[in-house]
Amino acid sequence: MKILTMPSFGADMAKGSIVKWNVKPGDHVSKGDIVASIETMKGLIDMEVYDEGTITKLVAVEGEELEIGRPIAELQLTNEESSNNKPEQIPTDAALPSVETITTQVVNLSGKQDKEDKKTPNISNIPDHSELKPKPQIPKISPAARFRAKELGIDWRQLAQGNGPNGALQLNDINAVYEMHPEPQESPSDLMRQAIASTVSRSKRDIPHYYLQLDMLLDNAVRWLREHNADLPPNKRILINAVIYSAIARALTSFPAFNGFYRDGHYESSDSVHLGNAISLRQGGLMVAAIHDAQHLGLIEMMEKITDQVNRARKGGLRMSEMQEATVTVSNLGDRGSDSIQSIILPPQVAIFGIGRQRTVPWIVDNTVSCASIVSMSLAADHRVSDGHLGARLLNKINKYLQKPETLI
Amino acid sequence: MNNNETLKALVSKLILDIAPEAEMHNLDPNEDLREELDLDSMDFMNLLDSIAKETGVNVPESDYSLVNSLQSLTDYIDKRL
Repeated sequence: MKILTMPSFGADMAKGSIVKWNVKPGDHVSKGDIVASIETMKGLIDMEVYDEGTITKLVAVEGEELEIGRPIAELQLTNEESSNNKPEQIPTDAALPSVETITTQVVNLSGKQDKEDKKTPNISNIPDHSELKPKPQIPKISPAARFRAKELGIDWRQLAQGNGPNGALQLNDINAVYEMHPEPQESPSDLMRQAIASTVSRSKRDIPHYYLQLDMLLDNAVRWLREHNADLPPNKRILINAVIYSAIARALTSFPAFNGFYRDGHYESSDSVHLGNAISLRQGGLMVAAIHDAQHLGLIEMMEKITDQVNRARKGGLRMSEMQEATVTVSNLGDRGSDSIQSIILPPQVAIFGIGRQRTVPWIVDNTVSCASIVSMSLAADHRVSDGHLGARLLNKINKYLQKPETLI
Repeated sequence: MNNNETLKALVSKLILDIAPEAEMHNLDPNEDLREELDLDSMDFMNLLDSIAKETGVNVPESDYSLVNSLQSLTDYIDKRL
């Protein structure tokens, strides 16, 4: 028996609401199936399961808002269905789920080191087998009071007991709190800003960054794209981003010191390149979505992935695994941004690329000046794991791929 | 309403699908569209895609410089309808 819990999609998420269940008790699910849509401050995220089994019970109801780590459903795993295991007890409000939750690493706007940040609520650490944290007693609350609290933006879970039966919070209690503190609660964008602040502060404090930058010629890539895109409708065209991302992903396969996680004083490289794409949101803030196994994607697939992901990030519908599994990140200010960007590593990752805008500059080849289209690519990397010499070789390798876009298709 | 005004209304609607916060009523139709509304290359490609689907007019990459503003974009479509 496995208890599915409200997942965390980053340090800036304290709670989520189940908007829609895609399964019901008795349904069989396989690894990767989407079981629920969860509303977060970042929009709708599709929650997947990581195991095969049968949903035996839905603990959370649609519309219910729950803190990270709270049980939402029970899953009977296929490999234990034949055994006589008794289902574990669902933890009560006062206890923590002591069962397996998501075991994947929450990257970017999260991380275990968040523990040190006392001011920022530590909402990134999904409790795992070994790490249980005490939780305050959550008061009981009547449905009307819960509704009113939500309407007023009051976090009733933080309140003391109310005047109802067994100390339950009632409508009057919520109204009284509102009259005492009528100012609105922090908005999602405030919370996201706080989370970004916490992550980048921690990164700059803990990670000894070094920075490199290389101007890369794009003439070949631009020419190749022009020919490729000439007769295609807009939704089939490949943007220069896809070429750059592919070149980075391919090159990283030969440079494992830039693709992985540094945790507890130890670096572990990843077997595959899950390229995090930093996507700016229209409402402010940003999120990083992982393009899985990016080193294997051709340009057309890469473009399809990027387009699909950016659209879903902005409209809702990113998958949980996309939010949690990036092993390295690319920060791209786009073609209307600045000439270059030096980025801050998202722990526990150890490297981040910054892509400036494509621009035309005078370029010297064989003592002759001509016009060239270039991009400035920066690499910020963790000096505990790699040295500048290796980083420079990585940038040059990426540059080589960029000069031969036809090899990336 | 003439044809160009109808087209402007259509394109405005398609832009709002992509950038819901865009203040279309404040947009000078002769200003650079992407600059004013903060549309990135992906947004712009999505816009051209929806324009192609709605009007049948396909703007090739080589003509991007001809469709910088709302006015020039709607003129471009108008001529090719």
